[in-house]
Amino acid sequence: MVADEDKVFKALADASRRQLLDGLRRKNGQTLGELCQGHDMSRQAVTKHLKLLEEANLVAATKKGREKLHYLNPVPINEIYTRWIGKFEQGRIQALHNLKQALEEKDQ
Amino acid sequence: MTQPMTEFLYTTYIRSTPQKVWDAITNPEFARQYWGHGNVSDWKPGSKWDMVRGDGSGIIQTTGEVLESHPPRRLVISWVDPSKAADRSEYSRVTFEIEVVKDAVRLDVFHNELKPGSDMAKGISSGWPRVLSGLKSFLETGSGLNLLCAAVQPKVA
Repeated sequence: MVADEDKVFKALADASRRQLLDGLRRKNGQTLGELCQGHDMSRQAVTKHLKLLEEANLVAATKKGREKLHYLNPVPINEIYTRWIGKFEQGRIQALHNLKQALEEKDQ
Repeated sequence: MTQPMTEFLYTTYIRSTPQKVWDAITNPEFARQYWGHGNVSDWKPGSKWDMVRGDGSGIIQTTGEVLESHPPRRLVISWVDPSKAADRSEYSRVTFEIEVVKDAVRLDVFHNELKPGSDMAKGISSGWPRVLSGLKSFLETGSGLNLLCAAVQPKVA
């Protein structure tokens, strides 16, 4: 089950799945039940989305006793990032990102 | 009740062998090429390990103890900032699990017992994804330079 880039892009191309990843970023290591509570989705939908996220290796899961815990795994995103962003661009892109964030926070 | 600790699980699939993945983590010559640091130890339970900066300064970035060592499948180490090594509460724990899955190797890195919101928790959560994608690239293509980006500051004319 080697995750390829197509699976990563497909998994990310859905707002509900991105929300689940955001949820794990806020609190890592959640059970299916916890993830269902935090989102306006049926248990069945969350299960389906988590399966796709796991297949893309964006979510890593482990058993803890009887429970399965889900963790955000940004490793494939880092691979995509390093593929297109070279070491000399990195500083400038970070500067632009910080500027955008600062300006948008000011507007709120 | 004590405050819950922060934990992270990172995974990558690498087209390689468990022994090569083990060596890439535990041999400082290999680790320097994609991690930017070399991990130095005899990797025996109870031994000390040091993460030594790859820039030749000899500065120890992170240190700890080898808690479990089953080459080439499982390695458990404690992990602490050397300047805080006297304080047991500053120690976190890293478990490497290396498993063959079909034609690849799955590497799991579980980092737990971290203080929530600590500099260490923030640092490792951006560090591990870089280290693991650098490790994958190093073993699959022989080049792990993408990680070193972080250490290179662009020269502004």
